[in-house]
Amino acid sequence: MNINWGVMIPILAKAIGETFQMIGIALVFTIVFGLLVGVLLVSTDEGGVYEAPFGSRRLGAIIHAVLGFIVNIGRSLPFIILMVVLIPFTRLIIGTFIGPTAAAVPLTIAAIPFFARLVEIALREVDTGLVEAARSMGATRGTIIWKVLLAEARPSIVLALSTSVISLLNYSAIAGTIGAGGIGDIAIRYGYQRYDNSYLFTTIIILIVIVQMVQLVASAVARRLSHR
Amino acid sequence: MITITDLHKSYSPRNARGTTVEALKGIDLTVADGEIFGVVGQSGAGKSTLLRCVNLLERPTSGSITVAGQDLTTLGEADLRVARHGIGMVFQHFNLLSSRTVAENVEFGLEITGVDRAARRARSAEVLDLVGLGDRASAYPSQLSGGQKQRVGIARALAGNPKVLLSDEATSSLDPETTDSILQLLKELNRTLGVTIMLITHEMEVVKRICTSAALIEGGRIVESGNVIDLLNTPKSKIAHALFPLGESRGEPGNTVIEIMYAGHLADEPIVGRMSREFGIDVNILGAAVEVVSDHRVGRMRLELPGSVESNAVPIARLKDSGLYVEVLEGAL
Repeated sequence: MNINWGVMIPILAKAIGETFQMIGIALVFTIVFGLLVGVLLVSTDEGGVYEAPFGSRRLGAIIHAVLGFIVNIGRSLPFIILMVVLIPFTRLIIGTFIGPTAAAVPLTIAAIPFFARLVEIALREVDTGLVEAARSMGATRGTIIWKVLLAEARPSIVLALSTSVISLLNYSAIAGTIGAGGIGDIAIRYGYQRYDNSYLFTTIIILIVIVQMVQLVASAVARRLSHR
Repeated sequence: MITITDLHKSYSPRNARGTTVEALKGIDLTVADGEIFGVVGQSGAGKSTLLRCVNLLERPTSGSITVAGQDLTTLGEADLRVARHGIGMVFQHFNLLSSRTVAENVEFGLEITGVDRAARRARSAEVLDLVGLGDRASAYPSQLSGGQKQRVGIARALAGNPKVLLSDEATSSLDPETTDSILQLLKELNRTLGVTIMLITHEMEVVKRICTSAALIEGGRIVESGNVIDLLNTPKSKIAHALFPLGESRGEPGNTVIEIMYAGHLADEPIVGRMSREFGIDVNILGAAVEVVSDHRVGRMRLELPGSVESNAVPIARLKDSGLYVEVLEGAL
């Protein structure tokens, strides 16, 4: 195989930059809203600290059910369809649906429910005895969420985050097909449409390396945080 | 220190077909200042619900709970949180935060009450010394043994200088030796700090070792309660019998079987020998136990005397006169 590195490297460098850009933006919003939704899902459930917001169990149950429903909708749409459906919304807030910044919008919308469910699982793994101990010490709900639930679930949340990043990488390749740019876009345009296997294989290697690194770092951080 | 009045707790059914479960059916209980009060009962008797009602982790269906002069059932959420700062609690499974070091766990309650960092540090070092773990402050709970974890749990509960310590089966997941050392620690803390302890347990050994008072809970009701030594002298007391199991040996039909209980200096006297010498009867010992209960040496003995109760009236009266508690088990009717 005769590879012209001088041509390929700038193209790939730009693509990697675009991929990191869309994933980076999406990740920030995913962390913030995913944590929020995950915490709400757990705390408004029966036995959660907000099972009865404003003294109403009914309100808690309604919030829980509505939130769960929305999250499930988000998770039931295949990313490519979600992306198309969200085009008007993306245009509204970014002004265009082309480019990595615009692609961050559907990526975020897709990743929030995914990450939120993983956060929910992580929080449910925290021993209820710890919540009880905190309550017996007179802890407020906020303290219980911050210093017990989220603090204890940190290792699992870091692993959930790495899973979400890898999903985002996956979605970003699909976003590439409708003009987002990025590594996936190169693989499709150069590798698939131009039959240039050197691009195809190089992008595959890059993707593998990125995923391995994400997982490696996340596992190391999780191990560091875990004292179980 | 703790007064529980007509406490009811029932759990409403989860669905239409379920039935309401009545866990507590009218509990009245008083725990005096500085006592170690043990609530014993089998699992499912309601003791855990009862303890969790004391700091309102479970809200009672009706009745009142007064701790240190404050009726907790009337308090709003914010006031209740403040009241809980004065009530420490230790748990069977320790419930330590795995993400925090020993010192940080002990400081948790102080963080909640808004104590500043330096004062928290100082206080956690102080209480960790008190429970004998001064050198493990920077370890994580997973690096500790069960007994050490419970010591951390106790230190955490005591950090805020509570007047009351609630213990939810604190020694039930520990081996016998560790149980001993934890009970010893609780007793010592009760003596030196004056903290009132209310504990629940299914182990009679715990009552025997450290409790000054005890209550027996069965089916959501208190069936017996009082000072342990008084209970030992109460006819037919279930707690007394459970503290002193004498076996099943019942003697020959037609003979008289009595149980005698003795405490203090009487424990050193040759009761049986003197009785057979004085009255010329062959006393048969069916069972006997001598134990130390709340720091008192007490003994219980089941004796078989030949002949009917009437024919043994004089020796029994003589035993009673010498200050022994005597219970006639057979031949009385």
